[in-house]
Amino acid sequence: MYASMLSVPGGVFSDFERLRREFDDLFGGWPGPASIRSVAPGSFPAVNVGHTPTSIEIFAFAPGLDPAAVEVNVDRGVLTISGERAAVAPEGERATVYTRERFAGSFRRAISLPEDADPTRIEASYRDGVLRVSIARRESTQPRRITVQ
Amino acid sequence: MTTTEVREQDKKLPARQEASREPERAVVPSVDVLEDDTGITLLADLPGVAREQLELRVEGDTLQIEAGLSTVMPADLQPVYAEVRVPRYRRAFTLSRELDAARIEANLKDGVLRLRIPKQAHAQPRRIEVKAS
Repeated sequence: MYASMLSVPGGVFSDFERLRREFDDLFGGWPGPASIRSVAPGSFPAVNVGHTPTSIEIFAFAPGLDPAAVEVNVDRGVLTISGERAAVAPEGERATVYTRERFAGSFRRAISLPEDADPTRIEASYRDGVLRVSIARRESTQPRRITVQ
Repeated sequence: MTTTEVREQDKKLPARQEASREPERAVVPSVDVLEDDTGITLLADLPGVAREQLELRVEGDTLQIEAGLSTVMPADLQPVYAEVRVPRYRRAFTLSRELDAARIEANLKDGVLRLRIPKQAHAQPRRIEVKAS
């Protein structure tokens, strides 16, 4: 997709995006019922969730944030990530803005944690614009070998 | 007739293979493009991209941004839910002639790429002589 730098018809692309979403709505993009806290596709930040045998890993793709200003909270098994990203102000008086697709403003995302998540052992780190929240799983639910007596 | 058909198919086959070798799927990153008197500033969201994974190419008047983000996830991770499904970003722009592609400055910080594309130094003003016929 080649877009001229000086005349990006942003409206055209957003129309395609809207069309794609409508198709998703009609023919079902996601099988089964959605989460009660799910957000519209394309919301900031994009989130990936996975697990390893010992932890639950959440990756929020939130570039350009001050790590100190990102709020990560856990309350009754729901993890929320919130913060704010400032818009880039054009420098100089005669500056022109052609394309403004990057997210600006405050954001909030909530993820309900599985039952075996241990809310007392959570670590969060921020690297290359990705916030990684690692929640330990309770040892009682981790796979273990039972010796036969 | 059968042989010609077979030959035609044979010819088509490598073409199809070439088509499958086309660039793999990639996410189109969001950008901001701002212009001032001296040049253009482009900001692109590339979360998860380290400096060594980013590739910027200028070919003719095309500027291409390509980056991978394969090292973000641990290898033993079992995905449960994913909004970022393709581990690659790609986007291309056509530069206009007054921009100086040789002096582009790039800066990647916290997953945001900042490109500064300066404008060419003003061409020497020149007078066009009108020849008498």
